[in-house]
Amino acid sequence: MTQTTPLSEDDIQAYVDGRLAPPRRAEVDAYLAMNPDEAERVRAYQNQNQMLHGLFDRVLDEPLPEQLAAVTAAKAPRQLYRVAAMLAWVVVGGLGGYLLRGEVTTTVMVAEPFTERAAVAHVVYTAEMLHPVEVGADQEAHLVQWLSKRLGHPLHTPDLAKFGYQLVGGRLLPGEKGAAAQFMYQTKTGTRLTLYVSVKDSEMEQTAFRIEEENGQPVMYWVDNNLGFALVGEKDRKKMLEIARVAYQSMSF
Amino acid sequence: MAQHPFTEHIPSLRRYAIALLRDRALADDLVQDTLERGLHKFSLFQRGSDVRAWLFTIMHNLFVNQLPNARRWLHNAPPEDIPSGDELAEEMVTARDFMQALQLLSVEQRTIILLIGLEQLSYEQAATVLNLPVGTVMSRLARARERLRVLMHGETGPQLRRVK
Repeated sequence: MTQTTPLSEDDIQAYVDGRLAPPRRAEVDAYLAMNPDEAERVRAYQNQNQMLHGLFDRVLDEPLPEQLAAVTAAKAPRQLYRVAAMLAWVVVGGLGGYLLRGEVTTTVMVAEPFTERAAVAHVVYTAEMLHPVEVGADQEAHLVQWLSKRLGHPLHTPDLAKFGYQLVGGRLLPGEKGAAAQFMYQTKTGTRLTLYVSVKDSEMEQTAFRIEEENGQPVMYWVDNNLGFALVGEKDRKKMLEIARVAYQSMSF
Repeated sequence: MAQHPFTEHIPSLRRYAIALLRDRALADDLVQDTLERGLHKFSLFQRGSDVRAWLFTIMHNLFVNQLPNARRWLHNAPPEDIPSGDELAEEMVTARDFMQALQLLSVEQRTIILLIGLEQLSYEQAATVLNLPVGTVMSRLARARERLRVLMHGETGPQLRRVK
């Protein structure tokens, strides 16, 4: 054995981040080969870095929002109130959501009533030719702002263009204990998909992503961040899952 | 015309802000405030020093100083009961669990994990951004990663309880 300084936790962290010089890295490799628990821990940390990139790197490829692209062009100084105002709203929403949770019930999984409401709303409004939505996609910003306000949570309209679905618009609906929202999408051939969002009530369990049948209609649903989501209208389960992934991501952050 | 020296860093500032706040509108506002503050103070900036670390420092200070309420909100993200996964969407469930575990970290822990793990700032840059000695950065990073690991795997942590 060559005489070196003993490995420290700093070396482990630097190893995780790929920042050790080769000789030291080899020492850590040797150490991990001898200590499976430590190797497991290091793999978990490396996996954390991978998860972060997997979740957030797509932001790098997005076109810059107008408000940011404009900043380095126009240089007018401005008061810094905007973040504080936005935050006040988020804080209220977050705490409201916290209070809404009530006691945690550990009941067995039952069919979510909100999926049934989502399926009914789908059938009723996708059949509508003249007035499928209350606010159309031409006023998307207003639509999102309005429904976000009514549900008390920031909502977003997922971009489903790569699945052939364009936003038609949305509407406000009664949920079991308050407001719910429905966003409607449509393909060129007129197939309609709806995304139903309802504030989580005490009956809703945090579920995995699940598909169930409501009146022969597959409904994909999940609960996240104090909201229940249900997708209706796509028959292809695999495509449904892909759409749910995009919807989940755009609604989550 | 040459591109403004801030421009190339905007996507990464956005990525960090979105990961930190989990809200796009809020994140874009924070980035905008950062850029504007940066432009305002640009005359104080030392030529040849690290623009990226400097912008992250401004953003971090705006986040911490201007948003005291955020700390409370970010701390209090309530734990959730998570039923065992549906194999159909295992990957998405893992992603969601990870997002939730990330939310359960303290702001200090999350910040350091994002600066180093996501934004790949060097330990020295992170120390500059956070105005901490490098040694503190390292120990905080180690604790944060371990807590996130425990939250994800539930070895000793009751925070992410799994129920059937």
